[in-house]
Amino acid sequence: MTYPEIYRSIIPFYAVMVSLIAALLIMLSSRHANLREFWTLAASIVKFSLVFLLLPGALAGRIAEYTFWEISPGIALALKADQFGIFFALIASGLWILTSIYSIGYVRGLKEHKQTRYFASFAVCLSATIGIAFAANLLTFVLFYEILTIATYPLVIHKETKIAVSAGRKYLVYTLTAGVLLIAATAWTYRIAGTLDFRAGGLFGDASFSPAAITVLFLLFLGGVGVKAAVMPLHSWLPAAMAAPTPVSALLHAVAVVKSGVFGVVRVVGFVFGPTLMRQFDLNIFLATVAGATIILASLLAFRQDNLKFRLAYSTVGHLSYIVLGAALLSPASLVGGLLHIANHATMKITLFFCAGAIYVRHHKEKISELDGIGRAMPWTMGAFTVAAIGLAGIPPVNGFISKWQLGLGSLQAGEMLPLAVLVLSGLLNAGYFAPIISRAFFKTPTVPYEHGEASYAMVIPLLVTALLSILLGLYPDLFFHFYRLAVEVSGGILGGIGR
Amino acid sequence: MIQNSPALVPLLLLATAIAIPVLAIKKTGVAYLVAVAAAIGSVAISAYNMFRVWKGGPLTYHFGGWMPPIGIEYVLDSLSAFVALVVNVVAFIVLCHAGGLKGSDISGKSVPYYSLVLLFLCGANGIVMTGDLFNLYVFLEIFSLAGYGLIGIGEKQAPVASFRYLIMGTVGASFYLLGIGFLYIVTGSLNMADVRDILPHIHGNPAVAAALSLIVIGVGIKMAIFPLQGWLPDAYTYAPSTSSALVAPIGTKIAAYVLIRIMFFVFGVKFVSQSLPITDLIAWLSAIGIIYGSVMAIAQNEMKRMLAYSSIAQIGYIGLGIGLANPLGYIGAVLHILNHAFMKGALFLVAANIRKNSGHSDISKLDASYRKKLPWSMAAFTLAALSMIGLPPTAGFFSKWYLALGAIDKGNWVFLAVILISSLLNAVYFFRILEKVYLVPPPAQKAGEDLPAETKNREGSLIGEEKYSLMIPAVVLSFSLLLLGLLNANIVKGIIQRIIPLGM
Amino acid sequence: MTDFILGHYAYWAIIFLLILGLYGMIFKNNLVKKLIGMTILQVAIIMFYVASAVKWSATVPVLDPLAGAADAAKYISPLQHCLMLTAIVVGVATSGVAFSLAIAIYRRYKTLNESILLERMKSS
Repeated sequence: MTYPEIYRSIIPFYAVMVSLIAALLIMLSSRHANLREFWTLAASIVKFSLVFLLLPGALAGRIAEYTFWEISPGIALALKADQFGIFFALIASGLWILTSIYSIGYVRGLKEHKQTRYFASFAVCLSATIGIAFAANLLTFVLFYEILTIATYPLVIHKETKIAVSAGRKYLVYTLTAGVLLIAATAWTYRIAGTLDFRAGGLFGDASFSPAAITVLFLLFLGGVGVKAAVMPLHSWLPAAMAAPTPVSALLHAVAVVKSGVFGVVRVVGFVFGPTLMRQFDLNIFLATVAGATIILASLLAFRQDNLKFRLAYSTVGHLSYIVLGAALLSPASLVGGLLHIANHATMKITLFFCAGAIYVRHHKEKISELDGIGRAMPWTMGAFTVAAIGLAGIPPVNGFISKWQLGLGSLQAGEMLPLAVLVLSGLLNAGYFAPIISRAFFKTPTVPYEHGEASYAMVIPLLVTALLSILLGLYPDLFFHFYRLAVEVSGGILGGIGR
Repeated sequence: MIQNSPALVPLLLLATAIAIPVLAIKKTGVAYLVAVAAAIGSVAISAYNMFRVWKGGPLTYHFGGWMPPIGIEYVLDSLSAFVALVVNVVAFIVLCHAGGLKGSDISGKSVPYYSLVLLFLCGANGIVMTGDLFNLYVFLEIFSLAGYGLIGIGEKQAPVASFRYLIMGTVGASFYLLGIGFLYIVTGSLNMADVRDILPHIHGNPAVAAALSLIVIGVGIKMAIFPLQGWLPDAYTYAPSTSSALVAPIGTKIAAYVLIRIMFFVFGVKFVSQSLPITDLIAWLSAIGIIYGSVMAIAQNEMKRMLAYSSIAQIGYIGLGIGLANPLGYIGAVLHILNHAFMKGALFLVAANIRKNSGHSDISKLDASYRKKLPWSMAAFTLAALSMIGLPPTAGFFSKWYLALGAIDKGNWVFLAVILISSLLNAVYFFRILEKVYLVPPPAQKAGEDLPAETKNREGSLIGEEKYSLMIPAVVLSFSLLLLGLLNANIVKGIIQRIIPLGM
Repeated sequence: MTDFILGHYAYWAIIFLLILGLYGMIFKNNLVKKLIGMTILQVAIIMFYVASAVKWSATVPVLDPLAGAADAAKYISPLQHCLMLTAIVVGVATSGVAFSLAIAIYRRYKTLNESILLERMKSS
């Protein structure tokens, strides 16, 4: 690996702004549904293209950076599209295209109210997510992190029912508290390190700490990013947030928001503290313990949920901690596995949520116990569901296997057997809570025959694409987006301390 | 003329304040126009002053040509020019809004009202610019008396609230006067710069300590530092909407400015933080005040009262920044003077719009029809509320950011915790309103019946936002919070950091 | 000790007046009595300033043909007196505003007694 070359480019800024401008256009064209949806689609495609434009450079070690101005003396508002940022931005913006198509089918299928607010908030969320991905320093990260918090709120309470409102409150309590902890941690970091710029391998340099201080600082950070990463015991907002419409759960509560959380965890572990400090103060062991416990507990809790979306939510909680575990183990393969799981879990979980949404729109069913024989009415949807479920259980050839394999390899590299056991056990549990759904759907006869078949094309095609993507990424992890190469580069950067 | 620009603002305001009753004998509408013209003039002159200071450093003006320490001196450094500009801009925007209200709260008293507004501003500008301790007292009293009038001009319980404020305020002013009496006896001078130079020679003198304590208590009452905040909630609640919107952003900030000026620039940082650690006391009291104000704000059911308690908490931020007595805390405090003036101004203007529309500002009666009728006002409210909570990139975040850095610098984790916890408490009482305004359906829809006629009537009872003069000021104030937030580093580096008190 | 007490008799009187004024402002129930307390407080401060300007065997700071203008030691310090002229004006203005507020209160609630006032405010 060579030292990356930094060049100034405005593309990261455009990538952030596209959907913000789209949000404005969406609000202005609230009376013309087709025009409004056109803006959403156009913005998502433009955004993805912009991010994709940055990819070849990043693979060649050329990193785009854009600095606006100082936002506080000594700290600039700056975007930097490093490999890790591009990795995350590619996933979020790519899946946004599919989610946009799906959303249109969903809200029209259900004749949802306040669609303008829905699409506008969605666009703002995506801006914030890309901002998080490209943030060059902690303060910029915090800024977009908080924007994401606020922009997601209208989506959580979208249904405006009592449940939705109380879910919204819960969401705010958790995320605003997290934001406050993150701000405290950021301020403290700035006073210690004198800089907030992310640097692979840690930004503290030679600053000296007392063990107590660094533990508290780490806990503050973990509280800050851990809430969005849904690390137990900070997870309970996520199931509650399932009150949101399904596309929101699909993109935000399986990809953008929660992945911003784990993205933050990796940033904190790899780019703020760095492997040396983590190991020196045993913070990695603490983090791995929390993540391992979350994986097992969340999988067990998933069994108890009869509501399909809730089961998926708990499954998400568990899988997010795979990524955290990968970061905590700090071995080359575990980092690669964790990072790949950001992408892989995204494609699989979004498929599952898309399926849940399709079932709800077409048949108004939310509970697993009502899904007897639905596989016959919706063969494509449930087929996609099965593919994704297999992947989450870690069975080849779906992409979940790749990340799990790397994680297992990583725990061996780290010389730890316990994480390996956790992974195996969790794979079994995953299989355990997905199997009943699939067997019900395909092998039980429905009590009442289904009146409808598949949902509209706008919904079925995206979910088939994501399922196909899951398989393709399982067979060729480096396909199109070079996720694998990016992950290897990032992992090498963190562990080798090479790069900036 | 141009060289005399420091003295021009108070004189202009004083002259127009006196002229208004004369000019408006025949047509009362003239009063408003004259007041707005005067406000525009003072904004322009203070902007020009700010520019001059920014370009060429501090300006002084000697009244009657008498040299200090004998004569009265006006000093415009970047701190005073900055605060003066903030005060004048906010006052100008609020005045524009007052015209749209058409004196609904102050029926028949609009001429004295505008006269009082200008007196109030004259006092504020005088306080900020003067370099003389006794002159400051005189302006403080002009400012306060006009403030009592602005509050007492309202309906119902306003005179009672104003009377209480007057009693407390006079005690405060008397303490201040007593304090500078002590200071004069031991130094023989009233000129701030002169006193600052003399004081280090007599630091052991108990009269200096007594003077400092009396001045801090006196100014503390005007500033409503906990536990001297008793007068504030009633005064802000019962005052006419437009008066609250003027007094709340400016009143306590001016007192905060006086505290900064006298503690750090007259007594000196070393004296107030080490010889007589009064800054620690202020910091702790402010911290308690932050929590107290936020908790009390949650308990209120009336929007203006809630905002009043929230003001106590926000004053606490400024007090905390002063009490930290380090550069970052100082930056946080001065920046928060600006930010809070804009935030509170916007919030009180929206409260005024709600009152104008529905005749009340009861939080429990708010519902989604208010958002439909007042979309822009509510957008302004939302943005200002997010800034109060302290979410980036709004301005409110950055004052908290500097305060947090200051608290960490001082190594005081309690203060850090207080700053952060209060953000969450702010979120509680602002989201309570936002939830209602955006989510609770109006009663007609709540029953599940589809009665378009009735809904129409209900919505008809709200006048709506056809008036630009009511909407634009609130929107301007709150949207500038975004700008102030994103560009805060320029303000900090270009203005505030230029005049960090010596010894910090 | 006795010297200290007797030598500062003016200040003791001023302290007494200050406390009296504060007591009246805070503990009296009648609004007008509060204002009387306020005036006493202000007068006490005025006297404090004036007392601080006192010089034995010197005259008031008005040009006296017998003493002449040259010898400043023959006059007591004029500055405090000037300041207090201003303070008196401020005090008068404060009283004026205060009394007009009291009148407004009386017109609205027909009482100046604070406890009765509180009841009437609640009921209205």
